[in-house]
Amino acid sequence: MRTFFFAALVVLAAQVPALSPAVAQVGAPPDPAALERVTKAMWPKRPEGWENRISYDETQAACSRFRNELPQAEFERVRAREAATIRFPADGNVLGDWKAGQKYANDGRGGTFTDRPMTNGANCYACHQMDLAELSYGTLGPPLVGYGKLRNYAPEEARAAYAKIYNSMATMPCSTMPRFGYHGFLTEQQMKDLTAFLFDPASPVNK
Amino acid sequence: MRTRRGCVAACAAILLLAAGSAPAQQAVDTEKELEKYRQMMSDPMSNPGFLNVDRGEALWTQKRGARNASLETCDLGMGPGKLEGAFARLPRYFADVDQVMDLEQRLKHCMETIQGLDTADILRRRFGAPGRVSDMEDLVAFIANKSSGMKFEVPLSHPKEREAYAIGEALFYRRSDFMDFSCATCHGEEGKRIRLQPLPQLNKPGRDAQMTMGSWPTYRVSQSQTRTMQHRLWDCYRQMRTPEPVYLSEGITALTLYLVKTAEGGEIQVPSIKR
Ligand code: HEC
Ligand code: HEC
Repeated sequence: MRTFFFAALVVLAAQVPALSPAVAQVGAPPDPAALERVTKAMWPKRPEGWENRISYDETQAACSRFRNELPQAEFERVRAREAATIRFPADGNVLGDWKAGQKYANDGRGGTFTDRPMTNGANCYACHQMDLAELSYGTLGPPLVGYGKLRNYAPEEARAAYAKIYNSMATMPCSTMPRFGYHGFLTEQQMKDLTAFLFDPASPVNK
Repeated sequence: MRTRRGCVAACAAILLLAAGSAPAQQAVDTEKELEKYRQMMSDPMSNPGFLNVDRGEALWTQKRGARNASLETCDLGMGPGKLEGAFARLPRYFADVDQVMDLEQRLKHCMETIQGLDTADILRRRFGAPGRVSDMEDLVAFIANKSSGMKFEVPLSHPKEREAYAIGEALFYRRSDFMDFSCATCHGEEGKRIRLQPLPQLNKPGRDAQMTMGSWPTYRVSQSQTRTMQHRLWDCYRQMRTPEPVYLSEGITALTLYLVKTAEGGEIQVPSIKR
């Protein structure tokens, strides 16, 4: 799939210089300067308190441009860059309180321009099936039912899950899943609690 | 004047449907039930959106602004005052401003140039709320309704329309901000859902795009307001955790043009009514 898409892009790119105006034809990409001008006008300034939020980084730019199907070299570059951002808890313990994790997984509030500052929910259920008893789950991500049990509660697997929540793109560049730790959307404690929700033997995810 | 007499029964039924955050199993049944109600929804007697249509008609003919003029000479692309089919061909290029505009941008332009209206207040009331009626939502409901039964047709014959389309498409795939979302995250695949909410695929021509775009403006039962595409995209960007996008900005129009082009051939039935 990726190779096919890359091939298509090469063909497309090769055609572009042949066209006189940059957008002479439906399907051609827009003039980058025009796109830049339009996005600037859509969001002329960062709202108060949002100055430190990342609005558009190199990885987002690459995923946008290639529509999430990165050519191999770019894929490796992004993966390495994202992996380097991950910070594990200082004491090495990635497991918190699964009950708190369960609450965050179910909570989709926080972080929008109509929300007051608050503890953000993680909203994992928007995309994943987790506890079988929770029937309101989305299908944008794979089911995570029995996640820890299926991995024999192995500590290195729990560490990998913490890393996945921290920065999904360290293993899967352009993943649909948000980079919760990288953006500071979730706190370290929340990510530990969510990891425990997946890995605690007492968690309903593993029942 | 149409009345909202029939709404009592129909709206209560819809509210019940909307309120029951049903288990996954029931989602399919809910979808079937909704199909039944859709018949009823397009009935002017049962759909509060037609109240907006009536108010919009009054606003269209009302003399206001420094020039004490009505909007009746406003050119929405089919000639001054011609409303039939105008919405089915928007957004489009307007030579007098050398710009691609959607319906709301064009209305603001006509209010300012024809009526000499100070639009600050209109913009403040861009989205209706309890105790705050939106002229824009009323006018859009009225004008879009004049294209009911017609099909979207945006030939992109002007270079600026093609540029806007290309920008709209790029915006659809543009991942940004706190959650790394783009429109394609939620509307780029068939048959996905977020929680129990089905997500229409909007990046490919087909039934999803046609049914979706052909049903806006819509009376939203959950908000008790008739909403336009400007509001829908505002709300999707809100969910994406971007800052608030500027109302009537070029980017929203570009995205709308991209979506309408994708939905081309789809039949317009508005105002519709939904969750
Ligand atoms: C917007 C959608 C979305 C949200 C929200 C989301 N995920 Fe994901 N997640 C995905 C997708 C898609 C994948 C598969 C691709 C990948 O590996 O990145 C995935 C993969 C994963 C995996 C790896 C699964 C495997 O194959 O081993 C874990 C663990 C995970 N998610 C946990 C979470 C948790 C915990 C949350 C909430 C904090 C969450 N996800 C929120 C979409 C999402
Ligand atoms: C995080 C997920 C998410 C993202 C990202 C998102 N949307 Fe949506 N969108 C939704 C949901 C959920 C609904 C249905 C809401 C409802 O019916 O209450 C929806 C509804 C819509 C609708 C109306 C659908 C209908 O059937 O009437 C349109 C059009 C739309 N979105 C376009 C967009 C565009 C364009 C973007 C990007 C600017 C976008 N969306 C980004 C989740 C999303």
